[in-house]
Amino acid sequence: MKKILIVDDEPNIVMSLEFAFQKLGYKVFIARDGSEALTLINENIPDLIILDIMMPQVDGYETIKQVKTNPAFAKAKIIFLSAKSKPDDIEKGLSLGADAYFTKPFSVKSLTTAVDNLINN
Amino acid sequence: MMPSYAIILVIVCYLTLLFVLGIWADKRARSKWVHNPWVYSLSLAVYCSAWTYYGSVGIAATSGVSFLTIYLGPVIALPLWFIIMKRVVMISKQYQVSSIADFISLRYGNDRSIGALVTVICVVGVVPYISLQLKAVSETFDILSASKEQASIYMDSTFYIAVLLAVFAALFGTQTANASRRRSGLMFTVAVESVLKLVFFIAIGVYATFYLFDGTSDLYNQISALENFEELTTFSNMEATINWYFMIALSFFAIFLLPRQFHASVVENTDVNHLKKASWVFPLYLLLFNVFVIFIAWAGKLLLPQELNPDYYILYLPLAHGHKLLGLMVFLGGLSSVISMVVISALALSTMISNNLIIPYGFLKVLNKRNPVANVKSIKNIRRVAIFILIIGAYFFYVNFNVQLSLFSIGLIAFVVIAQLAPAFFIGLFWNRGNGFAVKMGILAGSIITFYTLALPFIADVFLQDSLFVAQGPAGITLLKPHMLFGLDFMPPVTHAFFWSMVFNLMVYLIFSVIRKGDYRERNYAELVVNASSYGDMQENAFVWRGEAYVPEIRKALVKFLGDKRTTRALDIFYRKYGLDPKEEKADARLVNFSEKLLTGSIGAASAKLVISSVVKEQPVTLPEVLKILEENKETIRTNKQLQQQAYELQRLSNSLKIANESLIVQDKQKDEFLDTVAHELKTPTASIRAASEILADNDDMPVALKQKFLDNIVADADRLGIIISNILDLEKLSSGRETMDKKPHQLNNTLTKAVDGTYQLALKKGITITKSHLENLVLHYDEDRMLQVFTNLLSNSIKFVSDKDGIINVNVLERDNDVLITFSDNGKGVPQGDMKYIFDKFYQSNNQTIRKPLGSGMGLAICKHIIESHNGNIEVDQHFKDGARFYVTLKKHGL
Repeated sequence: MKKILIVDDEPNIVMSLEFAFQKLGYKVFIARDGSEALTLINENIPDLIILDIMMPQVDGYETIKQVKTNPAFAKAKIIFLSAKSKPDDIEKGLSLGADAYFTKPFSVKSLTTAVDNLINN
Repeated sequence: MMPSYAIILVIVCYLTLLFVLGIWADKRARSKWVHNPWVYSLSLAVYCSAWTYYGSVGIAATSGVSFLTIYLGPVIALPLWFIIMKRVVMISKQYQVSSIADFISLRYGNDRSIGALVTVICVVGVVPYISLQLKAVSETFDILSASKEQASIYMDSTFYIAVLLAVFAALFGTQTANASRRRSGLMFTVAVESVLKLVFFIAIGVYATFYLFDGTSDLYNQISALENFEELTTFSNMEATINWYFMIALSFFAIFLLPRQFHASVVENTDVNHLKKASWVFPLYLLLFNVFVIFIAWAGKLLLPQELNPDYYILYLPLAHGHKLLGLMVFLGGLSSVISMVVISALALSTMISNNLIIPYGFLKVLNKRNPVANVKSIKNIRRVAIFILIIGAYFFYVNFNVQLSLFSIGLIAFVVIAQLAPAFFIGLFWNRGNGFAVKMGILAGSIITFYTLALPFIADVFLQDSLFVAQGPAGITLLKPHMLFGLDFMPPVTHAFFWSMVFNLMVYLIFSVIRKGDYRERNYAELVVNASSYGDMQENAFVWRGEAYVPEIRKALVKFLGDKRTTRALDIFYRKYGLDPKEEKADARLVNFSEKLLTGSIGAASAKLVISSVVKEQPVTLPEVLKILEENKETIRTNKQLQQQAYELQRLSNSLKIANESLIVQDKQKDEFLDTVAHELKTPTASIRAASEILADNDDMPVALKQKFLDNIVADADRLGIIISNILDLEKLSSGRETMDKKPHQLNNTLTKAVDGTYQLALKKGITITKSHLENLVLHYDEDRMLQVFTNLLSNSIKFVSDKDGIINVNVLERDNDVLITFSDNGKGVPQGDMKYIFDKFYQSNNQTIRKPLGSGMGLAICKHIIESHNGNIEVDQHFKDGARFYVTLKKHGL
């Protein structure tokens, strides 16, 4: 069973994503911010991380940097899911090593399709 | 009466006291006690000599109101005096002018013969005037000691008093060779003497009016019973009226031209601004001096025997009533006016004699050969000797011409002589055509008339015992009768002499000024003086000179008179001022002019010109050239000023544009950030709604409970969107200042209660306790709806962050002197340390931060801050409170 880690501080969005991915057969982990996420990754390396950028304590940028510096996490794909939608923001997100960048508001279907593609390739 | 030796002792003590005072003041020349406009204004009262002190009562007793003229002149003149003196002082400071002779000779191109002529006029006018002072001392001394005629000068106390005065003047007046340097100590003693003489004079006035009589009306009733009373208090006819006006004009000139007056007001002026105070203090002083004159005169007429000299009524009055001490006081007051007049006059004249007579006519050659130390000594010695000769000369004049001329008439004759300088001085200040030749001719013409109409009759009368000369004219020619020249028969001798001498002097001056052109140098200085409106106009640039001059030679000449140290210092300043190279051998016009100015202070304008022209080779410049160069200089200065002004304006404009631009950039950036943040804030709940809706649409088979959960989320997020939108609009309205607060008096307690009640349901649901302190009848001015919004926001935040059941929120009100402190504290999780700084900023995190703030929309506290600040209050979070969150709201009691 493929594992997905959702990192977002918006409980309502997390709830929708959790429902959608569980229905598709993924095992879903949830973190409310970057530091929680890093603890979870250490215990259990996910196949894919859906990462918000603006969160309390440790933000998405910091989180991806930590993940990318540890070769043990190399197999984890990362998708940014953020309200930050300026070209500069997207470019920055991708340059940090994210595999895809989704802006809020987003289509659940597009996101799940992208996740499927990333995990199965 | 008093013994002579006792009076002499008092005089010596008094002079010693003045001397000590002078030395004290000299050491504190820059202190606020010595250097102030009051001392300056009072020192101008050197104008009030013994003639004023004793003579005005005499004239009031014999001729009535005409004594007022010598005061009315200066009083009327003062507005004009202020304007003219400002310019004269400015020019004199710039050119180190040390006397009226220097000033007039400077105006007419540093001509030595003009300086000499003015000096002679002043000596002729002032020496009899000084002798008049000695006469007053002598006579009052005799009255006080009741002594009779003295056998020889060795026995004559006046001689010793004259010597004492000369010593006093020489000691104080000639401390430095630079005559234009201020003598602060001396002028301070003059100011003190002015106060003393006024106080003593008023004292005797009060004594005569209120002690000897029952006030002014008693005096008036008694005097009006006398037969010739009418004559003394009114103008009897046209002649008296004309006489009155001429006397006023005469004393008007005197206040500008008398050497001691010029010395006190120009040479000793330390600050041009002091003129302002003097222009009202001095007339006030004169007014005070005159209040009691007429009453003392009446009292004397009523109480004293006919044969007593009315000039000394103020001394006779107390003595006749046995008040010896008061008599001595009056004597000291008179002595004060004598000392200040004699010392300052002698000092001014001695400077003129040394700088305008002796040095430029012959002695310069001697000085040129000697070393600087010897020169300084020689110059000082010349002045000291001059002081002695002047005062002792005045003494012998008094001894030999001790005729029964009253104090008043000798004084007036001196005024007429000095008045001969008036055309050269006044017209020269404003008319650039007036030239040196015209000055000399005018003064000569005026002097001849004065001699013929005033001195000659006197000589004829006293020495030749020839009364026919006055009565019938020379050789019986009636038109040339000295007191009725050209048939002018309705004026008293002095007025008559003044009238004709002025007519001739003025006509000759004007005619020669128009028909003759002065040389270029004269015209150069004329332009300088006439156009001087600021110090800048008088700088070395304004001086035209062409020729060959070498710095070492000029330097050598300067060193001879100033010494090595002063010369080096002065030249250093000069080089720095114009940014010149000190190694340059050739001197330019500026250095030549500067050197002349430097020397003027020590040896006078005319001698300075002689010294400098002896070491430089000057090429004559034609008058049109001079005028052209001056015009060009002026034009350049004007253009420079304009350019400077424009450059300054441009600079200012560009600065304000820069500031405006910067603030626009900041505003633009803020607007961008704001829009960005607004979009961002709206996106999160929108994303949440969209995701939940999509899930609901695609999953019909979802359990009802879960479906309900998703629907609830959608409703909550839609609500959140609504709140965010209204907050954004609210905040925008508040920060743009468009929202005005509806401030009215409200009970703070009521508003707090409303806020607590409003959140009661919420608190109850979480099981939270809210406690509130009571402070009844505390009325503040505020917009209640807005204040309620702040309180509710703070309470809601607390409710959100305290834990269920054991959460406690406390609202406390504390009244202080000027404000009220409202504290909202809770025992929740508190504001994270890192967020403290940002919680009051609207969406601070959007671009610079990716750390999200803990509070929903992030705008609630920003709105609170705006509202409180609109009430001139303050809201802050306690950064050190560890057991939860604590917010302070401070509201001013007044001035909301």
